[in-house]
Amino acid sequence: MLDASEGYTTEDGRKIGGVVMEMKNITLRFGGVVAIKDISFDIREGEIRAIIGPNGAGKSSMLNVISGFYVPQEGEVFFHGKKRPQMRPYEVARQGIARTFQNIALFEGMSVLDNVMTGRLNYMKTGLFQQALWKGKAEQEETENREAVEKIIDFLEIQHIRKTPVARLPYGLKKRVELARALAAEPKLLLLDEPMAGMNVEEKEDMSRFILDVNDEFGTTIALIEHDMGVVMDLSDRVVVMDYGKKIGDGTPDEVRSNQAVIDAYLGVSHD
Amino acid sequence: MPDSLLFGTEVVLNGLMAGVLYALVALGFVLIYKASGIFNYAQGVMALFAAMTLYGIMVGQVPFSHLINAIFGTHIHHFGWEIPAILAIIVTVVVMVAFAWLVQQYIFRHLVGQEPIILFMATIGLAYFLEGVADLMWGSEIKALDVGLPQGGSFWIEENTQWLGMGNENFYGFFLDQLDLIATVIAAVLVIALVAFSQYTKQGRAMRAVADDHQAALSVGINLNFIWVLVWSVAGFVALVAGIVWGSKSGVQFSLSLIALKALPVLMLGGFTSIPGAIVGGLIIGVGEKLFEFALGPALGGATENWFAYVLALVFLVFRPQGLFGEKIIERV
Repeated sequence: MLDASEGYTTEDGRKIGGVVMEMKNITLRFGGVVAIKDISFDIREGEIRAIIGPNGAGKSSMLNVISGFYVPQEGEVFFHGKKRPQMRPYEVARQGIARTFQNIALFEGMSVLDNVMTGRLNYMKTGLFQQALWKGKAEQEETENREAVEKIIDFLEIQHIRKTPVARLPYGLKKRVELARALAAEPKLLLLDEPMAGMNVEEKEDMSRFILDVNDEFGTTIALIEHDMGVVMDLSDRVVVMDYGKKIGDGTPDEVRSNQAVIDAYLGVSHD
Repeated sequence: MPDSLLFGTEVVLNGLMAGVLYALVALGFVLIYKASGIFNYAQGVMALFAAMTLYGIMVGQVPFSHLINAIFGTHIHHFGWEIPAILAIIVTVVVMVAFAWLVQQYIFRHLVGQEPIILFMATIGLAYFLEGVADLMWGSEIKALDVGLPQGGSFWIEENTQWLGMGNENFYGFFLDQLDLIATVIAAVLVIALVAFSQYTKQGRAMRAVADDHQAALSVGINLNFIWVLVWSVAGFVALVAGIVWGSKSGVQFSLSLIALKALPVLMLGGFTSIPGAIVGGLIIGVGEKLFEFALGPALGGATENWFAYVLALVFLVFRPQGLFGEKIIERV
């Protein structure tokens, strides 16, 4: 059993560290509808953790709980071993948890560069008056942030569109810009809500490669939600499977693939 | 140059400067609308309130003096001191920031995600409430606000433009009001400062981000509440500037809040979401109504300035509903 150890080594030889985030007995209700029912799992440092499940399983709700957009009625969230008090989304973001959205939430009126720059707002420390009066410090800070951003833009191969207004970009590139903005925050945990939804095969391959590269190059811990089983199995180190708000499987892709409950949920099971 | 051309030019110049004042009020609307989707009907009353507060502080008026006297049977009206304009302006800015915080904390924080019409109704309520508070706090008499801005025509311009008449006896040079000239300079500085603020500062960036997408803004760690207080504060500051200029021109009086209505056609022209739009829209309305009055006013029985702006806005609504610079409205089917 993986979870008992203080970490583990993946098949391809990457070292996975201790628990970064732990969800304990999370229950989330919307009125009478139970979106998440008593789910516990953890995310370890440096791993790619996937949450999968059929439509309406509660995957996105789970991501929204982690990022503070939803507040669960029951259960506890531990971040770096400490219990997290109830927080607003912006406070969660300031703790080092960045995310992307299923339906892309970019600043459409701004250029790609400006969008990615907003990811570094929390690294801009000089205040309003300082910025107005003491130009040197603010300029130095701006330069440092610019450098960090340019590195990410290069990394995700979007140099050619850095000055383009985001509204004019095709879907696949928008997704990549959103990833760039999340990365610019140098997150301790990166949440990706269906990073490959609505993409064609080629775009999916690109995105998979970028996710792997990000994890490899920056050592970023990633939790992602995905529909496409094939993609998930190739990408992730460990997988949580949800169905109707409940956890029905948790383990390596191979373990999950051979889990009868998971097979039933995905392929349907005859009740005769 | 022939007479009509000379006078026409003078009319255009004066129209431009009147337009600057409209633009100032419209600017306050645009700021809040962009960042929060709230059409702030109270913007005009905010200008009135700011101007009254500034005047009250300058002359050392006791706030709520009528109320205090009625309850305690006292007869206090003034503290007996006068405060220099610049200091009073700083205090007024603090008051407007406090106002912004109160508005966000007690009204709009509770209305996040509501229909635009509900937000609009809330601002109407706010407008009348603030008008009442302003009356109770500082009294309703007309106040002659004098923060030291120059008044009257500029002789320098008159003298130095007289040659344009080329000996024409009826032309004594262009008549331009000094206050209008100063107002133009102030407005220009304000706009440049606002643009620089929103482009180059952390808070400005966050402000633009919030204007664009609330969810995304949250996800990069922006505190929406703080940004909204900031936006209302900036709008309060713009209202103060507008209040000072209008108050210096025609006294601080309750009709000041009606200039908010003049800002409406400006916004229809310029678009509700564009800062340059508010400026250009203001200038077009200013010049348009002055020129129209000059050219056709006598034939139409005069006082066309009262309705010209609204008719122009109506024409725009028919042919270009998003305004000159507004974001294009595209409905996907």
